[in-house]
Amino acid sequence: MKTKLLAAMLFALGASTALTVQAADLRIGLQEDPDVLDPDQSRTFVGRIVYASLCDKLVDITPDLEIVPQLATGWSWSEDGKTLTMDLREGVTFHDGTPFDAEAVKANIDRSKTMPESRRKSEVKSIESVAVTGPYQVAFTLTAPDATLLAQFADRAGMMLSPAATAAAGTDFGAKPVCSGPFSFVERIQQDRIVLAKFADYWNADAIHFDTVTFLPIPDTTVRLANLRAGDLDMLERLAATDAAAVKGDAGLVYAEAVSLGYQGITVNVDNGERGDNPFGNEAKLRQAFSLSLDRDAINQVVFEGAFAPGNQPFPPTSPWYDTSHPVPARDVAKAKELMKEAGYETLDVEVQVANNPVQTQMMQVVQAMAAEAGFNVKLKSMEFASLLADQSAGNYQASQVGWSGRVDPDGNIHQFMTCKGGINDSKYCNPEVDRLLDAARTSNDLAERKKSYDAARTILAEDMPIIYLYHPTWIWALDDKIEGFTPYPDGMIRLENVKFKS
Amino acid sequence: MLSFILRRLLIALPTLVLVSIFVFTLQKLLPGDPALVLAGEERDPETLAFIREKYHLNEPILYQYFYWVGGLLQGDLGISLRTNQPVLTLIADKLPVTIQLAVMAMIIAMVIGIPAGILSAVKKGGPVDYIANFLALSGLSIPNFWLGIMLILLVSVNLGWLPASGYESIFVDPVRSLETMIMPAFVLGTALAATLMRHTRSAMLGVLKADYVRTARAKGLSERVVVIKHAFRNALLPVVTLGALLFGELLAGAVLTEQIFTIPGFGKLIVDAVFTRDYAVVQGVVLCTAAGFILMNLIADVLYVLLNPRMRNAQ
Repeated sequence: MKTKLLAAMLFALGASTALTVQAADLRIGLQEDPDVLDPDQSRTFVGRIVYASLCDKLVDITPDLEIVPQLATGWSWSEDGKTLTMDLREGVTFHDGTPFDAEAVKANIDRSKTMPESRRKSEVKSIESVAVTGPYQVAFTLTAPDATLLAQFADRAGMMLSPAATAAAGTDFGAKPVCSGPFSFVERIQQDRIVLAKFADYWNADAIHFDTVTFLPIPDTTVRLANLRAGDLDMLERLAATDAAAVKGDAGLVYAEAVSLGYQGITVNVDNGERGDNPFGNEAKLRQAFSLSLDRDAINQVVFEGAFAPGNQPFPPTSPWYDTSHPVPARDVAKAKELMKEAGYETLDVEVQVANNPVQTQMMQVVQAMAAEAGFNVKLKSMEFASLLADQSAGNYQASQVGWSGRVDPDGNIHQFMTCKGGINDSKYCNPEVDRLLDAARTSNDLAERKKSYDAARTILAEDMPIIYLYHPTWIWALDDKIEGFTPYPDGMIRLENVKFKS
Repeated sequence: MLSFILRRLLIALPTLVLVSIFVFTLQKLLPGDPALVLAGEERDPETLAFIREKYHLNEPILYQYFYWVGGLLQGDLGISLRTNQPVLTLIADKLPVTIQLAVMAMIIAMVIGIPAGILSAVKKGGPVDYIANFLALSGLSIPNFWLGIMLILLVSVNLGWLPASGYESIFVDPVRSLETMIMPAFVLGTALAATLMRHTRSAMLGVLKADYVRTARAKGLSERVVVIKHAFRNALLPVVTLGALLFGELLAGAVLTEQIFTIPGFGKLIVDAVFTRDYAVVQGVVLCTAAGFILMNLIADVLYVLLNPRMRNAQ
C-alpha cells in the first residue's frame, strides 16, 4: 500500500514536471510583493515589473533611454511646445476584447487626472486636455511646454487600461487588471504569486514565447537565489551585489546587469527648519570637504563588490545626461582638510541618519571611517525607514542617507529635489538661478538645449552640494542558463519580448 | 461544562476590548507617518492630503478608534491601505495557511518531543537521556532562520528533494502542499519539540516518584503499563497547558519561518503590514491573534477538566 502511494506520488510529481517543460511557463522571483495592480493607483517599483508584461504603454524606452513607439506609432510637437499629437497603433485590443483607440487614450488620461485615488496626477499635471482628432489620433494640449511628458508616457502614466473594465470596476480595477500587454491577468494570491497568461490577440504576439508567467515575491535574497538554483525559479531580479560572484561562477546561471537610473546619497539639511542652522548646513565648503574625503570607488568595492557605479551627480555616468566636465572626484584628504580650515574648522560633528538595514549601515560605516580622516566626527543614527522619511520631511535631521529610484527623464532626478518649491526638496535648498535653469530644461524639447541647462545647474550644485551623491545602484538579474534573449534595461524592468527557453 | 465554557467566554470579552485599545494606541505610537509611506516616492502633497482624509488620519485618535471599533462590530476590519483589499478577506485567506503550518509543526513537535521526554525520564542519567538533552538544547539554541536557510541549501539546492519555498493550498494539490510545508513545519517544530521534551521529562520524573507508581510496580505491572498508563497520563496535565501556551510561541515562530520560506500566511502578512505601516491590517491581525490565544487557553482549560477528574468535581 505504502509503495503504491509513493509510486502514485512520484508519478504525479513526474507528470507535473513534464507538463512544465512542455508548456513554457516562466517563473520570476521578485524582491517584494507588489501593491495594488492598478497603474493609476500603484506606487511600488516592483509593481512596474509586473506591468511590463501586463500593460502596454503609449511609448517605451530603449536601453539607451531613447523614447520609441509602443501603442503610439508616432508623435509630433507643435511649434510652441504646447501640443503633442500622437498617432496610435491600429488593430490593438484590450484583454477583454475592447478595441484600443483614441477614445480609450482620452479615457485613460482623464482617469489618471481625475480619479481621487490616482497617484499619477503629478505626472500628467501639465496636460490641460486631450482631444480625439481621429479614430487613431489624439492631441494633448498642455498648460505649458513639458519635455518630460513623453518619458511619463513610457511608464505608468502611459499605460492603457481597458475603458470598459475601469468603468465597471472603478477603484477595484486592481483586483482584476485588464490592459493590452503581451500577457493577461489570471490570478493573484497576496504575498504568494501573480499569474499571467499569454494574450493570443497581442499585436506583437510573434515576439512572445511563454504561455504563462508567474511572479513570486521572495523577499530574502539568499532564499530567492536558492530557489533559482533549485530550479524553482527561471529568473530573479535584484540579486544582492554580494552574491554576484557566486552567480558568475555558476555554470548553470547567467548574470545580467544594468546601471540604474537612480542614485544614493547624503541629503543635507540646508534650510529645513531650525536643525538646518548648523555649520554643515550653512557652509558649502564643509560639504565639499566631506565629499572629497570619500573614496567612492573603494566604497563600491568594499560594500558592493564593485557591482555598482560610483557617482557624484543625480544621473549615473552611463547616462547621456551626465555632465562629463564634473567627473567622479578622486579622494583628496589634504584638500578636504584645507577646505575645512578655510571654513574655520579642525573637526566637525555630523549626525547622519541611515535606514536600519545591513547594507546601508555597512556603507555608511565605511563613509564614517573615511570622513574621520579629514576631521569629520560622523555619528550614525540608525532608523527604521518610515521614521527616517518622516523626520527628513519634517526637517528633524542634520543629514540623511537616502536615495531615489530614478526616472527616465532627467527632470525627475533633479527638479523636485533642487528647486525652491520642489515637492521632495527635504534639504530646502533654494537658489533662484538653479530654479531658472531647471525650469528652462523642463520646457525645451531641444535635447542639446536641455543638456546645456542641466550642465549649468550642475556647476552651481557641485559648489553648493545640498545632496552629496555617492553611487548608483545596479540592477542585477540572475537567470537560468536555459533562458535566452533577455535584455537588461536601466529602468530595472523585465521585458519579455523575444525572451525564450533555449530549444 | 457548558456553563463553565460560557463563563470563560464572558471573561474573555473585556480582555478583547483591552487588547483592541492596546493595539490601537500602541501602533499610533509607532514613529513614521503612514501617509508618507503610502504616498510613494514623490510624496505629492495632493495625494498626501487625500490619503490622510480617506483613512481619517487627520482626526483625533479617539475618533479613529471609534471608527475602527464601529466597523468591527459590523464585522468590518477595514481596508488594507496597501492593496485595497478588505482586511477580513486577507485574514481569511492567510489563516488556513498558518493553521496548516502550525498543526504540522505541532505534530512534528509532539512526535519528537513527547516520546523523547518520556524516554529520557525513564532512562534518567543514561546515554539516551544525555542525547535527548543535547538535542533539546540544540533545538532551543539554533535560531529558526539559520536552520531554515541551511535546510533550504541542503535539501533543495544540493539534494533537490523539496521545493525551496512557496506554497500550495492543501485543497488544490495536497502532495505539493505537503512538499512545500514539511521543511518549514520541521524548522518550527524542532524548537517546540525541545520545549515539549524538557517539560515532559520533568513532569514524568515527578510522577515516577509518586507513591501510586510504586504501588503499580509493586502490583507486578509491567514497566510499559506503569509508564504509559499510570505515569504518563498524569504527567500529561502540565504538558497540555504548555501546549496551549506554546500556541503563542508557534505564531511568533511562524512570523520568521514564513518569512524565510516565503509562505503567504499570517506571519508574513503582519511583517509586511508593519513595514508598510498598513495600520488596518496590523490591527486586524493582532486582534485575531489575541482572540486565537484566548480561545486556545479556553481549550486548554476544557482539556484540563476532561483529563483531570478532580477538576471536574471542583467546579
